[in-house]
Amino acid sequence: MSKQIIVPFGPQHPVLPEPIHLDLVLEDETVVDVIPSIGYIHRGFEKLVEKREFTEYVYVAERTCGICSFVHGATYCEGIEQIMKIDVPERAQYLRVIWSEFSRLHSHLLWLGCFADSFGFENLFMGAWKTRERVLDFMEETTGGRVIQGTSKIGGVRRDISSERLDKMVKDLDILDQEMKELTTVFLHDDSVRHRLRNVGVISREDAYHLGAVGPTARGSGVAIDMRKLGYGAYDRLNVPVITDSCGDCLSRCTVRAKELFTSTDLIRQAVSKIPDGPVEVKVTGAPDGEYFTRAEQPRGELVHYLKGNGSKFLVRSRIRTPTLTNIPPLIKMLQGCELADVPVIVLSIDPCISCTER
Amino acid sequence: MTAQAQATTIIDVGKLVGSVEHYRNEGYRLVQIGCTKVGDTYEINYSFDKDYHFENIRIVVSADTEVPSISGMYWNSFIYENEMHDLFGIQVRGMNIDFKGTLFRTSVKYPFSQPPVTVTKGDKP
Repeated sequence: MSKQIIVPFGPQHPVLPEPIHLDLVLEDETVVDVIPSIGYIHRGFEKLVEKREFTEYVYVAERTCGICSFVHGATYCEGIEQIMKIDVPERAQYLRVIWSEFSRLHSHLLWLGCFADSFGFENLFMGAWKTRERVLDFMEETTGGRVIQGTSKIGGVRRDISSERLDKMVKDLDILDQEMKELTTVFLHDDSVRHRLRNVGVISREDAYHLGAVGPTARGSGVAIDMRKLGYGAYDRLNVPVITDSCGDCLSRCTVRAKELFTSTDLIRQAVSKIPDGPVEVKVTGAPDGEYFTRAEQPRGELVHYLKGNGSKFLVRSRIRTPTLTNIPPLIKMLQGCELADVPVIVLSIDPCISCTER
Repeated sequence: MTAQAQATTIIDVGKLVGSVEHYRNEGYRLVQIGCTKVGDTYEINYSFDKDYHFENIRIVVSADTEVPSISGMYWNSFIYENEMHDLFGIQVRGMNIDFKGTLFRTSVKYPFSQPPVTVTKGDKP
């Protein structure tokens, strides 16, 4: 057996937008074990629930993540609405789907860019982020915010989108689809990209499932889990295909995200075609008394908001289980046996969001 | 709006390992372990899912109760067990990876077992 050495990876590393530390145990150039360490940016959001009224806490929940902020806000609101048995207007449910899918487009395009950067394809990185700007522009036009949207509220949404704007949006989606098609063709068919990603960071279907992998990390190994199938919001009225791939390597996880871009634009089209007229919010009175586990499909996978109220305006508990937290054990499995040079690509392949993790 | 079906069964801490083993044998995946401070006790929820069927088991323990680890059945549980140790001070026996209080490096020890945070006037939104 070769002598083992430990190489620290992170918390500051060119491929890491946020800090996570991994102690890589190496034998020569091979990683034989990994010890993760997080906690550098823990913000104690869950503790804040004790001193923010449940209606104000929407703003805190949204700030759990700067990429899928809308999904966090909407998931929190849905949890409170279920406890209080609030009937959210249908139009608001469809609007939540539209903004959630734009959040997914934003997140996946951002990730594709970062992933290209991790394997040294700078031009592809710039192309992905250029396309992402179209998505951010839409978010800004309809919500006023590019990153934090602030449109979810308990009982519905704060803003409506006019029919004219929705029609124009559908036309704009055709342009977006065309750009994404050109972009994903490179990710999925370019020889140099495939060579760099194929058979790297492999995790089997069984390991992915039993180690708790969620989202594209699980679906890239053939585990067909997608919380949108639960039918929350207006998803129960839409056709939601679950994209999977079977190889379980970095290319499979990339393939799932690339194909999900088109699922998202299709879901937006479906939502626009079915969205009814009507109010977008209802008046909320009282305070939550009870508990509920809300699960939603965030761009990185299954998100859980556990909420518990005691009838006062302050919740007893808000527990947020983010996808990255549960994707860390599968990441350790992927890294065991890989080459040191592959570590940055494999770490990026789970789309780690440390802000979410350190809520 | 569709409510997501979910059941919660309260069990004694002594039956935890056996109950979790049942879920493991039935092919459920571990969704999360979460802790809630309720008065002087702690509710710990273990959530499982199989084919979108969501179930929870709950134990209610005092601050000095040692909770057995389920990492022998669900290897990934170490992330949640270390979290509830670091944030709530729950002692977990037999974790496969024990960070010994360093997974979450908080300035206040066991912050979630402390009284509610105090918000000063300047912190008001």
